[in-house]
Amino acid sequence: MKRSHLGRSAIVVGAVAAMAVAGCSSGGTKSSSSSGSGSALTASAPGITPTTITIGSHQPLTGVAAPGYSEIAPASAAYFKYVNAHGGIYGRKIVYKYLDDMYNPTTTVSVVKQLVLQDNVYAIFDGLGTPTHLAVAPYLNAQKVPDVFVASGCGCWNAASTLPETFGWQLDYVREGKILGSYIKQHFPGQKIGYFYQNDEFGKDGVKGLDDEIPAADVVSRQNYDPTNVNVGPQVAALKAAGAKVVVSFTVPAFTALLRLNSLKLGFAPALVVSNVGSDPITLAGLLEAFAKQGGATVSGNALTEGIITDGYAPTLGDPSNSWIALFKKIHDQYIPKLPFDGNVLYGEAVAYTFVQAMLKAGRNPTRADLVKAIEGGLPQGPAVAPYTYSASNHSGMTGAFIGVIRNGATVQTGSVLVTNTTSSGAVSPYTGTAPAAPASGMP
Amino acid sequence: MTLLRHLAVAVVVGVVIVILSVRLDAFRDYQIAEVACYVVAVAGLTVLVGLSGQISIGNGAFMAIGAYAAALMTIHLGWPLEAVLVASAAIAALGGAVVGVAAARLRGPYLAGATLMLAVALPSIATKYAGVFGGDQGLSVSLTVPGFLGPSFPLTRWQAWLTCAAALITLVLLANLARSRVGRGWRAVRDDEVAAALSGLNVARLRILAFVVSAACAGLGGALLAVTTSIVSPGAFTLTLSIALLTGAVLGGLGSLAGAVWGSLVLILVPTYITDVAASHGLSSSTGSNIPVAAYGVVLIVVMLVFPDGIQGALRRLFKPMTPDAGILRGAPRRRASASEHQEEGST
Repeated sequence: MKRSHLGRSAIVVGAVAAMAVAGCSSGGTKSSSSSGSGSALTASAPGITPTTITIGSHQPLTGVAAPGYSEIAPASAAYFKYVNAHGGIYGRKIVYKYLDDMYNPTTTVSVVKQLVLQDNVYAIFDGLGTPTHLAVAPYLNAQKVPDVFVASGCGCWNAASTLPETFGWQLDYVREGKILGSYIKQHFPGQKIGYFYQNDEFGKDGVKGLDDEIPAADVVSRQNYDPTNVNVGPQVAALKAAGAKVVVSFTVPAFTALLRLNSLKLGFAPALVVSNVGSDPITLAGLLEAFAKQGGATVSGNALTEGIITDGYAPTLGDPSNSWIALFKKIHDQYIPKLPFDGNVLYGEAVAYTFVQAMLKAGRNPTRADLVKAIEGGLPQGPAVAPYTYSASNHSGMTGAFIGVIRNGATVQTGSVLVTNTTSSGAVSPYTGTAPAAPASGMP
Repeated sequence: MTLLRHLAVAVVVGVVIVILSVRLDAFRDYQIAEVACYVVAVAGLTVLVGLSGQISIGNGAFMAIGAYAAALMTIHLGWPLEAVLVASAAIAALGGAVVGVAAARLRGPYLAGATLMLAVALPSIATKYAGVFGGDQGLSVSLTVPGFLGPSFPLTRWQAWLTCAAALITLVLLANLARSRVGRGWRAVRDDEVAAALSGLNVARLRILAFVVSAACAGLGGALLAVTTSIVSPGAFTLTLSIALLTGAVLGGLGSLAGAVWGSLVLILVPTYITDVAASHGLSSSTGSNIPVAAYGVVLIVVMLVFPDGIQGALRRLFKPMTPDAGILRGAPRRRASASEHQEEGST
């Protein structure tokens, strides 16, 4: 029998593998803190040096959820650059590192571990997606890493006892469902209504809110989809067969577009009501045109989004007289001019603004616990159209939105801002306060 | 003798890993664990493709079977970890046997097609029966550090130890299997099916056995991945994973167990490294986020052009004076090893 040399070659493999891992390790930057010029800024927490605050995020930069959503993190980064250029947070500059998780929960776990263990971030900010973020929220809480302003309206972030470090930001899907539901009840009384929703916490929370408002007898069909399966033809056919005159859609943009195109194919033209996350007109128009092109057809995106009813919790983009829109447009034009100025960019800048508000409130040399305490003490309204509900026991964010209609590729506000709570008996009522204007400096 | 030598090598590598895991930071430990999970799965595939000459584009599905089995057993039965890992591998092996029976009748592109179907179809079962499998959200699995290591022992280090131990045991078993009667049978079937059958080998049984072994490895890899990442969701077991496994096997060097280690290192470390480089050069996010995908393609093309025998083949050539005779699985990348050619030979 011939002598084997597996032994030797395996040792070589082991040794070189070791070097590969070790080599990468030394590549990681662990910059030491340079002392601030005579100030009392200290490295008060992990991720905070006298000159910087490092925060991290997981975002779908590629893959199925990337269209539209991949603009959010660059928009937040643009706002942080603006803040850094205008003195930073008590002189510290924000370093924002966001990694691609492809909307895959397993990848989310991996990139968040990298951010926490290797990059040593102070907080995870605006982690995007319900299934993705649910995969890491228990880990972040166990590690006592502030997990602020999750980019998802799932009610699951409001769990101060089990997830004390986690905070929502955008209007939660239950409130959103109730606000859309109350509009439908009022404007389409007694009509046949069909639901189309994502088969996860996002869609189910939305349906819960809708059911609180819409009489059960009016709902003729409840169809759902899984984001991994782009064939929604059967669901749309079922909605048509049930004779739905109004379709309420709790969908991400790609599936709003698929719903619209499949309806078009079947000659099905119900009134379409779409939740905020799936209704950005610019994103939708682009997706509609791209999907139709793949199918060998040409459509006008704006024509197909015309008349879609939705809701908004930030000022409408089509209103340049609004001080917030003017501010965010200015920052967009300066730092990220190549991206379209759409709802995703607005979202990214607005949530970044809220983070700066919270950091300023957390104090000059904040610990991680200080940030959590600052948010639990409540935050000023900022760019949101309705107040936040943050308290020690409540970690969800916004409380209200307005109803809007898409006209010529832009959402136009109709009627006043409506606020509500997450209980099924809580009424949907007009917001009576006045929204604050943006500060002239652009800094909270 | 062989068994002893393989064991000795495994112990040496094990010691190196323990030292490394203590010296490196927590995230590197986590990456070591990830690499080890892939090593297990890729090693199984490299045996299937490189030794028995069958192809599978569906091993990601076997990983899913192992991962879900592990999650369900942990959640509902509360079994100890070792039992869960062994049982997950066994359940995936059972799946491999079923597929293997069908696969033994198929050749070349038809076999690829059948296994491809498995990779595409299986993850949707998880969303179809969301009540059991948790839908897109998946199931969460928790792993705790065993008490005897002390309360302050880092979890990621334990993960690295656990997965590397499993990977080393798998590699030793596979290395011995490859040198055994079964391994010789596989090579005979791969190189000439008719001759193998004439020599009295049961070709169908050998082919099915290869599938069973490969599926068991994939299942164990999946189960380890489940306890490492603490989550099992269909998004992790897409067709992309199955293709990544095959890529890992080919990149490392088909049929070489050491190659499985190289391939897995490339699969895990290159994307992270490239992302860091892209970020530090301040590339715009639309460019930066797509660079890892592009770099992966470039690495694949370059390796295939420059080192058609994979990384291990290249090393073998490089260290030829040192190791004149390469590892026991050598000769696998012979050009005539492709399954479709055998069919032609068989029919003439």
